[in-house]
Amino acid sequence: MSKGVLIDVTRCIGCRSCQVSCKSWNDLPAKMSEFSNNWDSPGKLSADTWTNVNYYLIEEGDQLKWRFVKKQCMHCNEPACESACFTHSFVKTKEGAVIYKPTDANKDYCVGCRYCMVACPFGVPGFQWDKAFPYVLKCRFCYDRMQEGLEPACVSSCPTQTLTYGDRDELLALAWSKINNDPRYVKHVYGEKEYGGTSWLYISDVPFDKIGFRTEAFGQPVTQRSIPSLTWDVLKWTPAIFFGWGAVLTIMRAYTKRRAEVHNESELYEPVDNK
Amino acid sequence: MQLGRHFTFRLTGFRKLLILFVLIAVGAALYRFVFGLGAVTNLSDEWPWGLWIGFDLLCGIALAGGGFSTALIVHVLHKDKYLPIARAALVTSMLGYIIALVSLFLDIGRWYNFWRPFFYWGFHSVLFEVFWCIAIYTTVQILEFGDIFFEKFRVPALQKILHKLMPFLLILGIVLPSLHQSSLGSLYIVAVDRLYPLWWSMIIPFFFVWSAFFLGPAMVTVEGTLAARAYGREPETDVFSSLTKVTLVMLIIYLIVKIADLVYRGVLGMAFNGAFESNMFLIEMIVFIILPIIMYATPSIRNSQNGVLIASILVVVGVVFNRMNVVFTGMAKAMGGSYFPTIWEFAITIGMWSGLVLAYCFIVENFPIMAKEDHTHGSGHSVGTGTGFQA
Repeated sequence: MSKGVLIDVTRCIGCRSCQVSCKSWNDLPAKMSEFSNNWDSPGKLSADTWTNVNYYLIEEGDQLKWRFVKKQCMHCNEPACESACFTHSFVKTKEGAVIYKPTDANKDYCVGCRYCMVACPFGVPGFQWDKAFPYVLKCRFCYDRMQEGLEPACVSSCPTQTLTYGDRDELLALAWSKINNDPRYVKHVYGEKEYGGTSWLYISDVPFDKIGFRTEAFGQPVTQRSIPSLTWDVLKWTPAIFFGWGAVLTIMRAYTKRRAEVHNESELYEPVDNK
Repeated sequence: MQLGRHFTFRLTGFRKLLILFVLIAVGAALYRFVFGLGAVTNLSDEWPWGLWIGFDLLCGIALAGGGFSTALIVHVLHKDKYLPIARAALVTSMLGYIIALVSLFLDIGRWYNFWRPFFYWGFHSVLFEVFWCIAIYTTVQILEFGDIFFEKFRVPALQKILHKLMPFLLILGIVLPSLHQSSLGSLYIVAVDRLYPLWWSMIIPFFFVWSAFFLGPAMVTVEGTLAARAYGREPETDVFSSLTKVTLVMLIIYLIVKIADLVYRGVLGMAFNGAFESNMFLIEMIVFIILPIIMYATPSIRNSQNGVLIASILVVVGVVFNRMNVVFTGMAKAMGGSYFPTIWEFAITIGMWSGLVLAYCFIVENFPIMAKEDHTHGSGHSVGTGTGFQA
């Protein structure tokens, strides 16, 4: 069964326990916080920060409210990073985790081309810019814990039950029953259909576009097709073009050759004299 | 300067400057290999690809489009009129691909792993196809150049093998670039919802391969004219103005398909919404597509040496402008953050292109690349009678 996590944004109090437990379980280096005009720390995902809670101050009429939103890899059902990688260094496991083979499976194929980072619709993977031989790092859904039957470190440390770990299908059903039984919720499970669906799902009482999620792009809803399927629509023609175009060229060449003059190429050209 | 028994290379002041640029780039590159990309570039998680991929690789490969379009015209369609430019086009293209490979090697983080895609097949990646095609095509071009090399250094056994292979290499040398020129566009299909819709399209591969092809004759014109001026020769103006017919028709088809695609996706109106991206798109279309169409369609412009040169420069710059728009302009809002290359990124880019100019000069001065000048004609036209060039 494919696992997932449901994040109920209404329950999060912004304590950042998930960030701390993520860093300590995965042995990630700490980073000095910088002063900024918001409460986020460090504010965005990177190779050293696999999860991060963003703070949003939302105005609704004369009411102000804080919402805290944990961000991490969404673990797409059909990951763009996996399809973009030309050495297949990212892989979606049957358990639902999208893992990076050099660090998680000890298979050092990654070339460091960063096409995965261009491909990710959520801008998740981070690159070790300061290393001579950098890895591309991101949340790996605590794949090691998952195999031992444990829930991810962040889920285990959440004091408010914002995070629920379980089978994705059951979480989806849970999400919709929460939405249908409580009018506060927006009628949308983010991650159910976006880019072909993701293992991590969000429900919220404020519109998703106000808490850092893209719900539309250029006036259109974001695509519900997976990025690998879009790419494959084009890529699948490669063998046909290779042989078809090759055959057409061979025939054209043979056809025009009969009428062409024969040249001794070595008499046509000369080195230029640079005087 | 005499290099061994067989080669000469005259060192002018300008060439010494170019060599200096190359040396600076080599220094910066070594520093980058030891201390990582962060120490040398302004790249970030928001902007994982910058100048080297956007300009050196994407534009280098596009500008090398002269190789495969000329090969198609000369060796498949046997339009012998264009034989005088065939070898120069091959050499430029080969050097362009070598630049692309060098910049890719500089840009990848775990560079000792560069060979992995040959063995671990991520065949679902567009980059996989691009990588294989570029690697094989560069080899094909080096073998094609080998044929020229062995005209100077006669090794009959090798020459014989190459001649046997040549028909196969020629076809491969058109099929492979057709595939990866289009795939360089397909790379951006993943940027759905992020790349500005005036550029993002499921048929972006068509736009990339088509523009690389029509850029070919224009690039050959620019490069041929520059080389002719540098070496005090007469440019092949009548070959160039005759080539404009190819470019003209292809430009018109490009424009029609572009508009049809925008209409089909219902985003044509975005071109006129006044946004920065839209204005850049309009400049791309009007200055670099429609204007060259008008210039090429006007006989008095396309038949004059400067007219055909300026129109061709517009086409060449236009393709670079298009690639820059796809990589930077069209992605900027969605990527967030900001990116401007460091002085070292520029230094490496400048060094690589300086190296290309030096290599080009060295090759044309030491190998039979340029057409023989016909000294019986006062005008110095190389497409004359008696050399068998006339189709």
